[in-house]
Amino acid sequence: MKTMAQATEEVSYLEAISQALDEEMTEDERVFLMGEDIGTYGGAFKITEGFLQKYGEWRVLDTPLAESGFVGAAIGAAMMGLRPVVEMQFADFISCAFDQITEVAAKNHYRWGAAVPIVIRAPFGGGVHGGPFHSECPEGWFFHSPGLKLVAPSTPYDAKGLLKAAIRDPNPVIYFEHKFLYRRIKSVLPKEDFVVPLGKADVKRVGNDVSVITYGAMVHLALEAAQTLANEGIDLEVVDLRTLIPFDKEAIYSSVRKTSKAIILHEDNKTGGIGAEIAALLAEDCFDCLDGPIVRIAPPDTPVPFSTPLEEFFLPKTSDIVSAARKLAAY
Amino acid sequence: MDVAVTAKEIKRDDLLQMYQYLRLTRALEDRITALYRQGRIVGGVYTSHGMEAIAVGYASALERDDIIAPFHRDMGAFLIRGFTTGEILAQYLGKRTGPSKGKDGNVHMGDIKRGVFGFVSHLADNLPVAAGAALAFKIRGESRVVFAGTGDGGTSRGDFHEAMNFAAVRKLPVVLFCNNNQYAYSTPLRLQMAIPNVVDRAKAYGMPGEIVDGNDVAAVYLTAKRAIARARAGEGPTFLEFKTMRMHGHSEHDPAKYVPRKLLEEWKKKDPILITEQLLKQLGYAEEGYFQEVDERVKNEVEAGVEFAEQSPLPEGPEVLEGVFATRADSH
Repeated sequence: MKTMAQATEEVSYLEAISQALDEEMTEDERVFLMGEDIGTYGGAFKITEGFLQKYGEWRVLDTPLAESGFVGAAIGAAMMGLRPVVEMQFADFISCAFDQITEVAAKNHYRWGAAVPIVIRAPFGGGVHGGPFHSECPEGWFFHSPGLKLVAPSTPYDAKGLLKAAIRDPNPVIYFEHKFLYRRIKSVLPKEDFVVPLGKADVKRVGNDVSVITYGAMVHLALEAAQTLANEGIDLEVVDLRTLIPFDKEAIYSSVRKTSKAIILHEDNKTGGIGAEIAALLAEDCFDCLDGPIVRIAPPDTPVPFSTPLEEFFLPKTSDIVSAARKLAAY
Repeated sequence: MDVAVTAKEIKRDDLLQMYQYLRLTRALEDRITALYRQGRIVGGVYTSHGMEAIAVGYASALERDDIIAPFHRDMGAFLIRGFTTGEILAQYLGKRTGPSKGKDGNVHMGDIKRGVFGFVSHLADNLPVAAGAALAFKIRGESRVVFAGTGDGGTSRGDFHEAMNFAAVRKLPVVLFCNNNQYAYSTPLRLQMAIPNVVDRAKAYGMPGEIVDGNDVAAVYLTAKRAIARARAGEGPTFLEFKTMRMHGHSEHDPAKYVPRKLLEEWKKKDPILITEQLLKQLGYAEEGYFQEVDERVKNEVEAGVEFAEQSPLPEGPEVLEGVFATRADSH
């Protein structure tokens, strides 16, 4: 984690998102927000608390309960020169806006040259007892739609820097922010303006034996596993993709070329997930350097369940990574 | 009301210009249909045959700074916004010189600089987008207006309703329209909705609505003008139902046998070009030889377009890879 000496106050992942929005809105008057309950209420997770008072009702718009409608409106406003950031109350509800995102936002520039600089914030992920409609990881749907950029930060630094980069990007960006990390992960952030460029992975732990390629909340799971494995003399490298599209092929390849072993870990269910694509690429481009099977760790192909034992069974665990890494290390 | 009496509110030159655009639209689309039948256009062709007055009327009523999110039978709007017959034909022929450089076909073209949004086949998708453009104008305090529409079938989609509602709640400077041409592909109105008039939908959103004779370019123009003025004055959105008839099939491959012949015969008498010619004669606006002169002019313009399009290069295969993402320079 990157920290600066002059700043001392710890900022949560949630506050980092809030800061990024606030700073971008102050810096660029074209930036405005739309979403359900983001104004008076400050958003379901309070990310935009106080924004209505600060920026007024035409820059912090409470919308009707209509995701397709307000994503469409964001597209139109963006094409007219504004920089909308819309909030899905939960990433699960993004399915209501699927058509606007994949058919309009993703294709406009390709079809007729109209850039669509919008950011869609999508609070995603499980571990919060949200059940099938408040825990989803829907990034796989969009991973397959050319024209969109997807990011998924795992730390407050990345959360802030990637959101700023997303807002400044001329393309539609879906920003997957992990609900589980909101108040659990904190760090000290630099005081000055910074961005985390889209398309750049970050090695969150340097290691020599096995690469774990992951993103979002799973980064922290991998780091936990790395500690356990370190006691056994297995040195895990944790590659945090940060940007899912366009993802950093070189970072993945250079890690696997070093370790010869790859675990791909994600919270989205396994079949047709991002891990499948990365596994295929490693098989295509890094076959010669592999010294063991490519392993995917991901939930089963079910909706995200509600009840605690079910959700615990569903989500990847540290022990899954530990045992997979042991097997690979033994090759 | 007597059409000629109302039409007197329109300046002579404006009305003559609209007539010329009606003729140019018809001639261009007839030529496109011929090219399609000759197998020179691959892909679908959807014409505005018999409905030309709608786009010509509303696009003439707008200011240059205003935005249009057209329906796929609004060829007149493109012509009025300065898309040349050459560009348009190049688009239909999949040439690099078409507005979408071969990436998309037929009427799926747009240009932010000329204020026309590219049509999306998922009907009504561009209505929330249009509301958003209007929102941008409202946020910035600009007096620009957006004019956006779909067909009768499109009003069944959620995006139509979400756009209507959002526009009304935020009193956005947008005019939303439906060109009710009686059929959505083969589905007649009675299987599309349980209300007699599409305009009834507007009431649910607290939005004023009006039924307009969509074949009468003067009526379309004048009603559109009023709705645009309302939007520009900050009084919010209006919904317009342009009643018309789709005189061809859904696309040119479709003989539309599901449409009763009698219905088509009735509507043929109300052909927008015919009506406008009668109007111009009645008002004494058309001088001797005027119609003939327009006839020649539009023919020449269309043939010049065909020549340009046919001589234009096709894109090279690898160009498929260009433009998926925008660069900073592409956005404004």
